[in-house]
Amino acid sequence: MNIPYTVEARPDTGLPNGKLGIWLFLASEVMLFGALFSSYILLRVGAAEWPSGELSVPLGTINTIILIGSSVTMVMAWASLKLNNWGRHRLYLGLTFLLALVFLVNKYFEYAEHLHLGEGPNHSTFLAIYFTLTGLHGLHILGGMVVMAYFLGPGAKMWKTEPEQFTNRIEYTGLYWHFVDLVWIFLFPVLYLL
Amino acid sequence: MHSDPAAIQKSVRGYIMVFVMLMIFTVMTVAVARFHFAVPVAIAVALVIAGMKGTMVAAVFMHLNHERWWVYGTLMLTVVFFLVLLFLPVLTSLDGLGTGSPWLPLESRGR
Repeated sequence: MNIPYTVEARPDTGLPNGKLGIWLFLASEVMLFGALFSSYILLRVGAAEWPSGELSVPLGTINTIILIGSSVTMVMAWASLKLNNWGRHRLYLGLTFLLALVFLVNKYFEYAEHLHLGEGPNHSTFLAIYFTLTGLHGLHILGGMVVMAYFLGPGAKMWKTEPEQFTNRIEYTGLYWHFVDLVWIFLFPVLYLL
Repeated sequence: MHSDPAAIQKSVRGYIMVFVMLMIFTVMTVAVARFHFAVPVAIAVALVIAGMKGTMVAAVFMHLNHERWWVYGTLMLTVVFFLVLLFLPVLTSLDGLGTGSPWLPLESRGR
C-alpha cells in the first residue's frame, strides 16, 4: 500500500504531505528553542552581572561559516537532483555531512577546553545556559547527520525507483538543516558576542 | 515549485549570492561587536543583523519566498506563540510580588 500525496500535492493544501509535515515539525522546534531563548532572556535580565569574553569568538565565527556553508551545499544537493545530476547531488550531500562533522569536532574541542578548566554547566548560570543551548543544538546537528547518512547510504536506492519522491525527501531534509543553521545564526551573537 | 532547469539554474545563482551576503553579514556581526556599544544598542544591532541573515536563509534556502498559504499560516501562528513564549516570563518581573516592595501588603511580600 502506498502512502498518498508523497509526490503530487493534496488538493486541499496544495502541498505534498511531507512538506506540510516537516513545516509543522519545524514549528514545534521553534517552540523548543524559543523556550530556551526565553529562559536565557529571563536569566540574563535577572542576573546582577553577566560574564563576557568567556567563549572563543574566532572558533564561534569559524563554526558559523561552516554551518552557513553546509546550508549552501545542502540546497545545492537538492538543486542537483532537480537538474537530474546524481553525481553532483552525492558530492554536495557528502560535503554537507563533512561540514556538519567538522562543526561537531570544533564543538568537542570547545567543550573539552571549558571542562578541562572546570568550567562546566554547574560553574555559572551563563555556562549552564550555554551548554544547554549549544548542547541541544549539537544534538540536532547529530540528528541531521544521521538522516544524511541514510540518504547517502541505503536510502539512495529510492532515486532509481521513485526519483521525485527521493527529491522531495532531500528537500525536507534541507528544510530541517536550514532551520538548524537558522538557530545557530541567532545563538552565535547571543552567546558569543553579547 | 518550479521544476524546469532554467529556473533551477537561476535559483542556484541566487543561492550563491545569498551565501556571499551571509558571509558579509557574519563578518559585520563580529566587527560590530568590537565597538562595545551599550548593552541595549549591542543587542538591537546584533538581532537586526541576525534577523536579516535569518530572513535570507528562510526566504531563499527554505523557499519561503514562493510557498503555499498553508505553510505561511502555520508559521504566522508559530510566530505569535513564539513571541508570547519569549516575553511572557519577562512580565513576571514587572510586578512587585516576592520582591519585598514597600508598596505591597506584607502578605504578598513573601513574608
